[in-house]
Amino acid sequence: MVTPSAQQRVIVVGGGLAGLAATIRIAESGMPVDLFSLVPVKRSHSVCAQGGINACNKIARQQGYSEYEHFDETLYGGDFLQHQPPVYEMAQWAPKIIDLFDRMGVPFNRTSEGQRALRLFGGSLYKRTHFSGATTGQQLMYALDEQTRRYEAEGKVNKYEFWEFLRPLMDDQGVCCGIVAQDLRTMQIRAFRGDAVVMATGGPGLVFGKSTNSVMCTGAAASRCFQAGAKYGNPEFIQVHPTAIPGADKLRLMSESARGEGGRVWVPAKKDAEGRWQPHPESGRDPRQIPTEERWYFLEEKYPAYGNIVPRDIATREIFDTCMKGFGVGGGNMVYLDLSHKSREELETKLGGIIEIYRKFVGEDPVEVPMKIFPGVHYSMGGLWTQYSPNRKYDEIAKKLREINDPIEARNLPVQKRNNEILQRNYEIDQQIADLRDKGGSDDEVQKLEDSKQTPEKLEPYVSLADLHGKDALPVGMDPDAPNNMMTNIPGLYAFGEVNYQYHGGTRLGANALLSCTFDGLFCGRSVVNFVRERAHTPAASLPSSIFDKGVEAEESRMKQLVESSGGENPYEIAKELGLEMTASSTVIKTGPRLEQSLNKLEELRDRYSRISLSDSGFWTNQNLSWARAVGDMIALADPIVRGGLAREESRGSHYRTDFLGRDDSRFLKTTVAEFDASTGRSKISFEEVERGLVGPRVRDYSTTKKSKAQVPAPTSADDPKQSPRVSDPNADVSGARDVRAPGDSEKVSS
Amino acid sequence: MIQSNDDTDLATDTRGHAANGKGPSGARTIRVRIKRADSHGKNVRWEEFKVDLPSAGERDGAINVIACLQQIASNPVTVDGTRSTPVTYESGCLEEVCGSCTMVINGKVRQACSCLVDDYAPNDGDLITLEPMSKFPVVRDLWVDRSRLFKALASVKAWVPIDGTYDLGEGPEETPDEQQTRYKLSTCMSCGCCLEACPQYTLEEDESKFDESFVGAAVISQARYFNMHETGATMKKQRLDTLAGPGGINNCGNSQNCVKVCPKEIPLTESIAAMGRSVTLHRIKEFFSGR
Ligand SMILES: Cc1cc2nc3c(=O)[nH]c(=O)nc-3n(C[C@H](O)[C@H](O)[C@H](O)COP(=O)(O)OP(=O)(O)OC[C@H]3O[C@@H](n4cnc5c(N)ncnc54)[C@H](O)[C@@H]3O)c2cc1C
Ligand code: SF4
Ligand code: SF4
Ligand code: FES
Repeated sequence: MVTPSAQQRVIVVGGGLAGLAATIRIAESGMPVDLFSLVPVKRSHSVCAQGGINACNKIARQQGYSEYEHFDETLYGGDFLQHQPPVYEMAQWAPKIIDLFDRMGVPFNRTSEGQRALRLFGGSLYKRTHFSGATTGQQLMYALDEQTRRYEAEGKVNKYEFWEFLRPLMDDQGVCCGIVAQDLRTMQIRAFRGDAVVMATGGPGLVFGKSTNSVMCTGAAASRCFQAGAKYGNPEFIQVHPTAIPGADKLRLMSESARGEGGRVWVPAKKDAEGRWQPHPESGRDPRQIPTEERWYFLEEKYPAYGNIVPRDIATREIFDTCMKGFGVGGGNMVYLDLSHKSREELETKLGGIIEIYRKFVGEDPVEVPMKIFPGVHYSMGGLWTQYSPNRKYDEIAKKLREINDPIEARNLPVQKRNNEILQRNYEIDQQIADLRDKGGSDDEVQKLEDSKQTPEKLEPYVSLADLHGKDALPVGMDPDAPNNMMTNIPGLYAFGEVNYQYHGGTRLGANALLSCTFDGLFCGRSVVNFVRERAHTPAASLPSSIFDKGVEAEESRMKQLVESSGGENPYEIAKELGLEMTASSTVIKTGPRLEQSLNKLEELRDRYSRISLSDSGFWTNQNLSWARAVGDMIALADPIVRGGLAREESRGSHYRTDFLGRDDSRFLKTTVAEFDASTGRSKISFEEVERGLVGPRVRDYSTTKKSKAQVPAPTSADDPKQSPRVSDPNADVSGARDVRAPGDSEKVSS
Repeated sequence: MIQSNDDTDLATDTRGHAANGKGPSGARTIRVRIKRADSHGKNVRWEEFKVDLPSAGERDGAINVIACLQQIASNPVTVDGTRSTPVTYESGCLEEVCGSCTMVINGKVRQACSCLVDDYAPNDGDLITLEPMSKFPVVRDLWVDRSRLFKALASVKAWVPIDGTYDLGEGPEETPDEQQTRYKLSTCMSCGCCLEACPQYTLEEDESKFDESFVGAAVISQARYFNMHETGATMKKQRLDTLAGPGGINNCGNSQNCVKVCPKEIPLTESIAAMGRSVTLHRIKEFFSGR
C-alpha cells in the first residue's frame, strides 16, 4: 500500500453515527480528516435514536437465526428493492459492530449473567436487537464522539463545528476535490480542499414539515450534491413511523421498542350483531375503564404471526385506516399504544428514555395510562445514489441462481399481474361497500359485493442462496478493497448513512439504520482511504486555486442575493406550506392525481421562493439566512420525491398508491434514479435494475409464517379477516415465508 | 376507505392530542421577554414579543419554548410594534436528548425544548423570560459558546483507549448493576446546566486559560464513568492527574447546586465524592512512590 502523501486529506461532512464512524476509520488509517457539522457533533440527530441496533447474536443463533436470516429479513422488509450484496455484507458485519461498540464502553443493557440483553423489533420473530435503555442512539453516538475526540486530541482530526456545507467542488476531470462551507458564527464562506469528500448528512425529515427528526435534518446538504450533479436514488421511499406523539414543533417518536417489549396497539370499539367491530360510542372515555372485550387490537387480529411488530409501513397504514374509519380515540386521529400491563421496573430499565419523553411532553405516565399516538414522517430510504463492487464469488453464484430463478419469475410475473388486477378490483368493491353502508344499504347487498371479490393466486417459490449453499458466510457481499463502495456517481464524493439510498429498499426495518450508518463508516471508510491512496488524479492540494475561488464566489453571490431580495415572501411560511403539501401527497397514501397536484404546488412555491425577504439581513450569526437558503434546497429535493412517486406506478413497501395496488416486479423491481436538470431546475426520473442475485423477490406477507410461535401476545378475537380487509398487500404466498421459530426468553433483565 | 392523505387532513391534522393537561383550555396570548445581544456584551438589550397559543382542542400537542421562538422567527415584531430579527438560539432534537437548547428560563437554567408554556405561563398575559447562560461567552442572543466544556472532556481523556476498530471480540463483561450505574452517567448530554448553576464555575472568555479553569461537575462525572470501565481504567492515572491539578476537583466547593439542575438526574455529587476519594488515594500513592 502506498503511504499517504503529507498533503492528502479527507473531508467528512456530518458528525452523526455515519460521519463519526467514517472519521474514526479514516483517521485510524493515518489519513487526516476535516470533519464538518452544523452542530457540535455530539448533538447530531443520531442521538435521537431510541430502540436499538440489530445483529445476530449468540442466543438467536442457537435458535436458528443467523447473519443470513438478518440479510433475508432486511430484504423481505424492504420489499426486495435493495441491491443485495451491500445488505449481505452489512448483516455479516453486524455482530462485529456490536462487539466494537461494546469495547468502546457502550453501556448495553445486560442480563443477570452479564450478557448483552436483547429485545424484539419489527419485522423479526427473533430477539436480535441490542439496546442501551431507550437511548441507544445517544449511547452509540457518545462512544464514537469520544473516539473522535481522542483522534482530535492526537491531531488526526480537525473539527469544523457550526460550519455549514454549501456545495461540493469538482476539478476539470469531474473529480470531487473539496467543498465550500460557511462558518455560522462569522458567516465567513471558505473553500476546503480534500482528496475525497464523504457526505454523512442524514435524512430530509423537514421537507415534510414536522417529523420525528431533529431540526437540522433538512436534506439541504444532499440536495446541494444532487443539484451539483449527484444522482438520487428511490426518492419516493419515505418511512412514516406508526407511533409518534404530535407536538407544535415536532413529532416525538415513541420507539418501536415499546411494541418490541410487549406494547399493544388498540382502539376502543364494540362488536355489532354480526361480530363486526364498530367505532365505540364513548371512545374518548378513560381507557382504563374500557373492558378488554371493547378493545380492538387490530394489528394482532389482522397479523396473527407478527402482531404489533409488523414492519412500519404496514402498522402505519393500519393505524391510518383505522382512524379514517372513525375508530380513532375520541373520534380524533389517535390510537392507543399500551404498556400499562407491564411492570414499572421493567419499563424503567428497558424503556426509561421514551417513557420520560412521554411524561414530559404529554404529562401522563405510560406505566399507568395507555399512550395516545399517531404516525409521523420518520426516515428516508431514498438518498444519494451510490455504487459498490460485489465480492469475488457474487457474480458466479448470482448467475447460477438467476438461471434457476429467471424461469420461475417469468411464470410468476403474469400471475402477479392478474393478482394486482384482483387487488385493485377488490379495493374498488370495498369502496362500494363503504358507500353502501353509509347510505344504509342492506346486508344482503353488502354480502353480494363481498362475494364478488376474488382471491389472488399463489406464486411459485424461488430458490435462494441458502438453498444452494447454506447459511454460512460466503464472499458474496461487497469487496472490502474496492475504492468505490458507497461512492456517488461523482468520483471522490461518497455518501454514508441515511443520506444514501442503500440497504433498506422499500421500507427500513427498525434498528437497522444505526447499523447501516455505522457499517458505512467502518466498511466503506476503508474504500475512501483506498481511493485517496490510489488516486490517479491531481492531488487536491496542487489544483489551481481558481476552482476553489469560483465556488466561494458562487456561494457569496447566492448569499448576497438572499439577503438583498425584497419580494416580501416569508421563507418560514413557504417551508410550512411545503411540509403540509408533501405530507398530504407523498407519505402514507399516494395517488397519481394528488401527486400531479403537488407538482403544481411546487411550481408555485419555487416561484414564491424567488421573491423571499429575510427578516435578518445581518452578516453575523444569521440563522435566518441559513434557514432560508435551506428552504430553496428543500424544494429542489421535494421535486424528485413527488416525481418518483408519480413514475412508480405500483405499491411497494412504504410507497403505497391506491391507484396502483400491488407490487409490479416486471416494471418496477428497479431503483428510481433522479437526476437534476440544471437547465430547468427540475428532476428527471429513470429506472435501473437492482442487483438481486441471491434471494428471489417473494411476496411480502406478514400475516402468516410457517411455524409461527412468536412471542406476540395472543389476539383477543379471532375474527374473520375478511371483515377487516388489510390495507397492505394481501397477495398471500405462504410457501415463500420463512421457517421461523419462537425465540426463547432466556434473558432476564434485572434493575 | 382512504383515497388520499388529505381527504380528511388525516396526515396533517393531529389536533386534540394531549397537551400536558395542566394549562387552561382556552386560547390565550403570552409574552416572551428575551435578553438579546449581537455578541458577548455587545448591544445587550431586552425585547418582548407576544405569542398566541391556540386553545387546547386546536392544539397539535404540547407547546414548548422552542415553538414560541419559531413563531417569533416567522414574524419578529416586538410588543411595541418594532420589526426586529429572529432570535438566535441552538436547538436540535427537540426532545431533551441532544443538550443544544440550554438557556435560563424565568431565572432557572434548563432546556427550552422540554419547557412547556402551560407550566411556565398558564394564564393569559403571563410572561416568560429567556436569557443566555451566563457562564459562557455569548455568540449571539441565546446562543453561547460551550467549547470550554468539550475541551475539558479532552483534558480528562474522556474515552476508552481501544486498540482500533478491528474485529477483536467482545468488550469486558459487566453486571446489570454496573451497567445501570454506568448508563446513568453516560446519559450526560454536555448541556451545561450543572455548570451554569455552579458557584465555582465562572465565565472565562480567554481560551488560553481554559486549562486551568474549573472543569465542572459534568466532566468530573465523565472521568468517573471512564474509570469505571475495565479498559477505560487503564488511563485512570492520567485522569486523576488532571483532576488533582489546577481547575480540578479541589475547585469544587461542594455546594451541590449542580445535582439539583441536571435534567438527566445524574448523581453528580456522588461522582464528585467518588472522584475526590480517588484523587486523594492517587496523591497518597504518588507521595509514597516518591514522585
Ligand atoms: C426519533 C428517532 C429514533 C430513531 N431510532 C432508531 C433506532 O432505534 N434504531 C435505528 O437503527 N435507527 C433509528 N433511527 C434512525 C437513525 O437514528 C438515523 O437514520 C441515523 O441516526 C442517521 O445517522 P446519520 O449519521 O446518517 O445522520 P445524522 O445523525 O442525522 O447526522 C447528520 C450530520 O450531518 C450534519 N449536517 C447536516 N447537514 C449539514 C450541512 N449542510 N453542513 C454541515 N453538516 C451538516 C449534522 O450536523 C450531523 O452532524 C431513529 C430516528 C429517529 C428520528
Ligand atoms: S458541588 Fe461542586 S461542582 Fe457542584 S455546584 Fe457545587 S461547587 Fe459546583
Ligand atoms: S451532568 Fe447533567 S447538567 Fe451537567 S452537562 Fe451533563 S446532563 Fe447537563
Ligand atoms: S433541542 Fe435537544 S435538548 Fe433541547
